Amino acid sequence: MATERNAPGTRKLLSDAVSYVSLTALSLLVLFPIWLTIVRAVSPPFEYIEAGQPFLPVNADLGVFGDAWREGGLGRAMLVTVAIAVVITVAQLATSIAAAYAFAFLRFPFQRLLFGVVLATMLLPIEVTLVANVRTIREFHWLDSVQGLTAPFLASAFGIFLLRQSFRGLPPELRDAATLDGLGHFAFVRRVVVPLNRPAIGSLALITLLSAWNNYLWLQAITIKPEWSTLQLVLRRVTIQQPDRINVGVAAAIISALPVLALLIVFQKQIIRGLTAGAVKG
Amino acid sequence: MEHAAEGLPTEHRSRARPRSELSVRAREALLAYALLLPSLVIFAVFAYYPLAQLVRYGLYRPSRFGNGEVCGGPANFTKVLGGEEFRSALWITVKYILYTVPPGLVLGIALALAANRKLRGIKVFQTIFSSTIASSAAVSAVVFFSLVNPKVGRFGDVSWLSLSKGSSALFGVSLSSTWQNLGLTFVIVLAALQSVPDEVLEAARLDGFGPMRRVFRVILPLISPALLFLVVVLMVGAFQTFAQIELLTSGGPAASTETLVFKIFQRRSPGRISEGAVMSLGLFGLTFVVTMLQIGILNRRVHYGD
Repeated sequence: MATERNAPGTRKLLSDAVSYVSLTALSLLVLFPIWLTIVRAVSPPFEYIEAGQPFLPVNADLGVFGDAWREGGLGRAMLVTVAIAVVITVAQLATSIAAAYAFAFLRFPFQRLLFGVVLATMLLPIEVTLVANVRTIREFHWLDSVQGLTAPFLASAFGIFLLRQSFRGLPPELRDAATLDGLGHFAFVRRVVVPLNRPAIGSLALITLLSAWNNYLWLQAITIKPEWSTLQLVLRRVTIQQPDRINVGVAAAIISALPVLALLIVFQKQIIRGLTAGAVKG
Repeated sequence: MEHAAEGLPTEHRSRARPRSELSVRAREALLAYALLLPSLVIFAVFAYYPLAQLVRYGLYRPSRFGNGEVCGGPANFTKVLGGEEFRSALWITVKYILYTVPPGLVLGIALALAANRKLRGIKVFQTIFSSTIASSAAVSAVVFFSLVNPKVGRFGDVSWLSLSKGSSALFGVSLSSTWQNLGLTFVIVLAALQSVPDEVLEAARLDGFGPMRRVFRVILPLISPALLFLVVVLMVGAFQTFAQIELLTSGGPAASTETLVFKIFQRRSPGRISEGAVMSLGLFGLTFVVTMLQIGILNRRVHYGD
């Protein structure tokens, strides 16, 4: 690779060395909070403060992760979080694929108007509609329920927009060819559209999963019973209620971030593609 | 059952004889509406109906005796939007944007410029720089709780980020947002940098542009659409911040970290919903301006067709 080409020899070596030094320095900056969090988690709080809060663990004790799991009820919270994230992701994929197919492949009256109606919901994020939606959920008696926790997120303008853009990349002749082959709309979607748009659909699935996993405001507003707390809500309880045992709080935070970290490492390319959609591609 | 038995021959007949143009188009439209229905129902119930309700709640407020509602009228709007609470929330929200967006952008660009090299092991650094994507708002808030909480934080006694003083608390909170957004900022800037053609940089080099001039005169202007997009995303994220505030300061001390969304959240109960609704419409106005900017950018970059 580039490093192997040794035409201007030492100059290249020097500039590479400068690069590595600056990259390492920046890495330390990014990782510093994470490192201190790990140190915090494994050091018993009293002894850590006694030792003057060093940058290295004091009397490291990995048992804290078990304590956090039990005291925070993280098993139950993880179950609720996974259930909600899966419901939202599956539903949003289904509604987005259906709507994007209509906008990309079908012709119908008020098409542009309806597309505008979809896009305009970007102006109405949950932060804006919160107080009214909380009231609706209360009237539906959906507080502390899967329906209540997921309902506003079962469809999204972003998902419809992203998939419509991707679907329109397919040559229009494909649809005609499918019709000649006697393929109905449903079979066309299942056998042609979905397989050919797997990258966009995969990115949307991952982005939706991430944002459902990380959701906070809405869940905080409509959960009352602690058994409906997701991981994010449990973190607040564990941390705020007993600041003296901050090691348990940060251990819970580490545990709750691990599944997302695993997802990020395995699907790095797809997640980044989803996050950068709209920013770079034009 | 009978219909199913009948259905088969009809299908055959209609396929053999070309259907009239009108019926094909009507069927296509019907299918389209059926496919759109689930999304439109969700949007109607959880986006458009609430918007109408916000206006209604804003106009009416519960009567003093708890029976029925009293019409406060448009005066309710001017009272809340011109009031001290809303104005201070707006100012705190703007400060939060200033604390998080420019530093986050500069750091993200620095990380991306450093990592946009062909070096052995560069993937490791790229993974590290994007790693904060795995951190939710709540996780980053807990991480910074252990750093800046006045009682137990490692840096809880550092005065310029102390959460126990009204003058510095918001800045202390903002650090957790800035850190959490680094990963996202980094991947977006890096993707933009990678789309800059090598020939352009080579040409600039041959023209005698040094590294600094290449960055400021060539690279940054070329990726400015992505940077503009990022500014909008970060701004929207900043004025929607909630988890960090609730976890780190609960709005305190002395309401110095009560952003607009935080105040709205506090006013979701039936007794305070009128004020909360007007504030929500204020937030809608903000979202409107910023999102229009975003759609304008997307419009220029993405072809809608027809």
